[in-house]
Amino acid sequence: MKLNELTIKEAEDGLRSKKFSSVELTIACLEQIKKYNKELNVFITITEKEALYAAKKADKQLNNGTIEQWNNSPLLGIPIALKDLFSTKGIKTTAASKVLRDYIPPYDATVVKKLKDAGAVIIGKTNHDAWGHGGSGENSDFGQTKNPWNQEYVPGGSSSGSGASVAADMCLAATGTDTGGSSRLPAAFCNVVGFKPTYGRVSRYGIISMASSLDSIGHLTKTVEDSALILNITAGQDVHDATTSNEKFQDYAKNLKNGVRGIKIARPKEYFTQGLDIQIKRLTEDALKKYEMLGAEIIDVSLPHTEYANPCYYIIQPAEVSSNLAKYDGIRYGFPRENFGDEAKRRIMLGTYILSAGYYDTYYKKAMQVRTLIKQDFDKAFEKVDAIITPVSPTPPWKLGEKINDPLKMYLSDIFTVTANLAGIPGLSVPMGFVNELPVGMQILGPQFSEGLLFQIGHAYEQISEWYKRKPKL
Amino acid sequence: MKMDKFKPIIGLEVHVELKTKAKMFCGCSADYFGKKPNTHTCPVCLGLPGALPVPNKKAIEWCIMIGLALNCKINNFSKFDRKNYFYPDLPRGYQISQYEEPFCKNGYVILNETDDIKKRVRIRRVHMEEDTAKLMHQFGIQNKIQNDEGYSLIDFNRSGVPLVEIVTEPDFEDALDVVEYLKKLQQIVRYLGVSDADMEKGNMRLEPNISLLELKTQNSKLKTELPKYKVEVKNINSFRFVEKAIEYEIKRQGEILNGGKTPVQETRGWDEDKQKTISQRVKEEAWDYRYFPEPDIPPIRLSESQISNLKSQMPELPDTKLARFIKEYGLSNNHSEVLTRDKKMADFFEEAVKIGKKHKLSAKQIANHVINKKINLDVVLAADVISWIIEELNFSDIEDEILGKTIRIVLEKNQKAVADYKSGKVQVIGFLLGKVKQQFPKADVNQIRTTLEKHLK
Amino acid sequence: MKIGIFHVAKLANLPLKRGEKENFEKQLFEILSYVEKLKGVDTRNVEITAQVTGLESVIREDETIPSLIQEEALSNAKSQHSGLFRVKAILE
Repeated sequence: MKLNELTIKEAEDGLRSKKFSSVELTIACLEQIKKYNKELNVFITITEKEALYAAKKADKQLNNGTIEQWNNSPLLGIPIALKDLFSTKGIKTTAASKVLRDYIPPYDATVVKKLKDAGAVIIGKTNHDAWGHGGSGENSDFGQTKNPWNQEYVPGGSSSGSGASVAADMCLAATGTDTGGSSRLPAAFCNVVGFKPTYGRVSRYGIISMASSLDSIGHLTKTVEDSALILNITAGQDVHDATTSNEKFQDYAKNLKNGVRGIKIARPKEYFTQGLDIQIKRLTEDALKKYEMLGAEIIDVSLPHTEYANPCYYIIQPAEVSSNLAKYDGIRYGFPRENFGDEAKRRIMLGTYILSAGYYDTYYKKAMQVRTLIKQDFDKAFEKVDAIITPVSPTPPWKLGEKINDPLKMYLSDIFTVTANLAGIPGLSVPMGFVNELPVGMQILGPQFSEGLLFQIGHAYEQISEWYKRKPKL
Repeated sequence: MKMDKFKPIIGLEVHVELKTKAKMFCGCSADYFGKKPNTHTCPVCLGLPGALPVPNKKAIEWCIMIGLALNCKINNFSKFDRKNYFYPDLPRGYQISQYEEPFCKNGYVILNETDDIKKRVRIRRVHMEEDTAKLMHQFGIQNKIQNDEGYSLIDFNRSGVPLVEIVTEPDFEDALDVVEYLKKLQQIVRYLGVSDADMEKGNMRLEPNISLLELKTQNSKLKTELPKYKVEVKNINSFRFVEKAIEYEIKRQGEILNGGKTPVQETRGWDEDKQKTISQRVKEEAWDYRYFPEPDIPPIRLSESQISNLKSQMPELPDTKLARFIKEYGLSNNHSEVLTRDKKMADFFEEAVKIGKKHKLSAKQIANHVINKKINLDVVLAADVISWIIEELNFSDIEDEILGKTIRIVLEKNQKAVADYKSGKVQVIGFLLGKVKQQFPKADVNQIRTTLEKHLK
Repeated sequence: MKIGIFHVAKLANLPLKRGEKENFEKQLFEILSYVEKLKGVDTRNVEITAQVTGLESVIREDETIPSLIQEEALSNAKSQHSGLFRVKAILE
C-alpha cells in the first residue's frame, strides 16, 4: 500500500514506530497530487514548500520527542488539505471566487491554527463551489472538480475538492464547511466519511462565512475513526467566536468500538417518499437491517415539517449570504463586485429581496418560525430515539452540466441535508454502497453534542460493510 | 414672516463615543485620535473575510448606565441587529447596531428653563452600535496619472469604536432647549466617566431633525396638523453652531411653507463657512436598511439584580448633587450650579470642605474662594486651597468685632500713649500699632492702622 | 409578482449587465414561488429561531490585544496612499 493511501490512524502508528517519515508521507501525497490534479482539478493552491517544511519539522519532533509530546500533537506529520474558505496566513485564500483570486489573509482561522498546533502538515487549498454556493462543485470560478470515481459526474458540493482529494488519496483528510450539506454530500458522492458537527461545536472564526446561523465547520476523512480524531482537535470554545459552545468533551473516539446494541435508531418516513431513488432506498434499508442485526432497534418516526425544510433554508440562507457578502467591495481587498459569479449574484439578490422593506415578515420572519417547528420535530424524535438515519441525497451523483442551467433543480438536491443545519444538530455521512458504480452515502443524525454517539454508530456499519476499502480507478 | 403660525418640532439623535480601552467588537485599542492611520485594526474591525464580532462588556455596561441616568427602562432581554448599507467607511457592508429590543428605552430628562418653568424631554431609546471608519477627501491635482480625479482616503482606526446612540422624541421647540439638553447630556456622560463628549473632537455628535408644525385655528380651537416631512441636519461640530443651524433651518422651512409648498424630506449638512444648511445629495430612495437579528452574537439577558448592581456603581449624578449642595452646604443655587458643573470641581470642593472643617472654615467661605479664583484643578490640591484661605484670613479678613475688641484693650492698657496721640504726637500710633499687631502676626498693617485711627478719634 | 430586479440589484450594490436582467428575474421568480410553500405552514404563536445555540450574554472583557501592523492591514489593498486605503472620490 502506498503511503498516501493510509488512514490517519495507520499513518500515526507508522510515523511513531518509525516505519516511514512525515516527509516521505507528504511526498507521496504531493506526487499523487501532481499526477492527478490537472485532470481532477481538486486543488486551487498546492503548498508544497510549506508542507515539506512542516513535515521536516514534524520528523524532528518524531525522532527526538517523547510519547507525551507526541500526544500533545495528535496529528503530528499528517498531511491535511483545507477547503479554500479557510483563512491561511500568508497563503492565498480565494473562496473559489474571482473576487478573491489574489487575497492573502494576514491571519489563520482558529481551526487552521489548531490543526497546525496539533502538528498537521497543510498540503493545499481545495476547490469548491464559490462561497459555498452549490451542491456539485460546478459553481467554482476555477473550473469544476471531477468525481474521481467517474470524471463525467459531479463529486458533490460545495466541498467538492475536499471530497475528491480524500477519495483520490491526495491527502489523509480535508476540512470542509457544511451549511446545507456541503461536507456530507461530497463525502457521499466520493465514498468517504463526511462530518458536520453541532452548530457551535467548532469555531467559525477565520472561515469565510456563508450563512452565519447555519455554517458548521466539518471535515472529510477515509474512516469514521479518523473523523473522530480530527474533531478532537477542531472542537472547543473560541474567544473569537461568540457562537461557540463551552460544552465539555474528552475523546470523541473513546466509545468508537462500543457497537450499537440497545441503541434506538429512527427511520423517518418523510425521507423515504416518492422522490427517493429506488436503489438508494434499497441500500438504506439494507444498512438499517445490518444495524438491526448488530443489535440496534429500528423505529419508525415522523418528522412532519420535513417538506418545508428546503424552502425554509432557501429563505434564511440567501438572506444571510446577501449580508455576509456585502463586505466584498474591492476597497480593502479583492476585486470589485462584478466579479461575482452567477450563483453568488443570484443568492445575493434573492437575499436582498427577502430582507427588503415589506417582505421581511412574509419570508424571513416566517422562515425563522418554520425553523423552530423543524427543530422541534427533531427534539421530539430524540425523546424516543438516540439517532436518525436517512440517505444523504435523494439521487446518486448526476452528470456534469445536467442541473447547471436550472438553479432550482440544483437546490432540490439539498432536501435531506438542510434539516440538520436548520436544527443545529450534528450529522455523519458514511459510505453506503454504489448505484451504477457511483458512490452514495447515508447520514446519521443525533441530538446536539452527540458526536461521540454518531461516530460509534457509524463505525459499526463501516466495519461490517467495508465500503471504505474500495478505491476509485484513477 | 408669520412665525406664530408655525411651531418647530425638533427631535435629536446624539451619538456619544465611549472611552473604553478596546473597541466594541474586537480587542483593538479604541484610543484612535491622532494615531498613525490603519494601525489600530484587526480582521474584525477591518471587515476581513471570516472575522467575527464579540461584544465588549464594559461598553454595554456603560450604555446601560447612560440609560439609567436618563431614567430609562432597561430591557431584560436585548439583542444586536445588522443595519445593511454600502459605504466605503463601513467595512462589512453592514453596521452592527440595535433595532428592536435596544438596551434602554422610554426615559426622560428635565431641563430647567428658568427656576420655575421646567421642560421634560422624553428619551425614546438608548442603544449600542459601532463607529465607522474615517473618510477623508483628497483632490488630485497632483495625480496626473488619474486625470485629476478626486480620491477618498480611508482610515479604519475609528472603525468599531463603541457608540451609544441617544434618541429623543420630537419634544424640542427651539434651539435654546436643544443647547441646554446637549449641555446636560454632556455633563451626565462626563460625570459617568464614560466619554469625553467633546463635540469638537467628534466624540459627541448631534443630528437634529427639524420640521415645522402648522397651527390652524378653527372656531377658536387650535387644530394641529402633523408635519408631513422631516429634515435631518448633519455636520454640526460645536455648540455655537447648534443654535445657528437650527435657527437657519427653521427660517428656511418657514419661508417654504409660507410660499404654500412643503419642504423636501432630506438630509442637509451644516456649512460652517457659508453659515447655512446645504442639501446633501438626495438619494432616490430612502435607505432600506434590511434590519435582521445579528446571527453572530447571541442575545444579552440582564437580570434585575445585574441592573441594580450597575446602578449602584454609578456616581452621584449632577441634578442630585446640585440639590444636595444647596441643602447640605447651604449654598446658593448659582454657586451650587457652578460647583457641580463638572464632577472634578464638585469632588474637589467637597474635599476642601472636609479639610476646611478642621480649621473651622465654612463651606460658604470655601465656595466663595473656589469660585472667585481661577484654580487649575490639575495642579492644585484641596489642601492647598485651605491653607491659602487661612493665610488670607489671618492677613486681612480680621473680623471687625475681634479687631475692635483687641484695640480697646490695647488702648486701655496704654492710656499714656493715647493721651500723647491726642495731644498731637501722631507718631505714637506706630507704638500702638505694634501692640495690636502682636495679636495678629500675619495681619494687614493698613487695616489695623485705619481701624485704630477710627478708635482714637 | 414583479420583483423589480434593478432596484434589488441596486440595493445589493451589484451592477447588472443589460442582458442579465431577464434571466435573473425569471430565476428569482421561480425560486420565490418555490419558497412561498411556507405560506401553508401554521406558525401562529410560534417563536422565531434566530440562533440555535441557546447561548446568551457572550461578552468579552474590555482589554486590548495587539492590532495588525499598518503593512498587514493594507497588504491586500489595490490602491493606497500614505497608509490610507484609497478609493475613487465619494461625492457628498
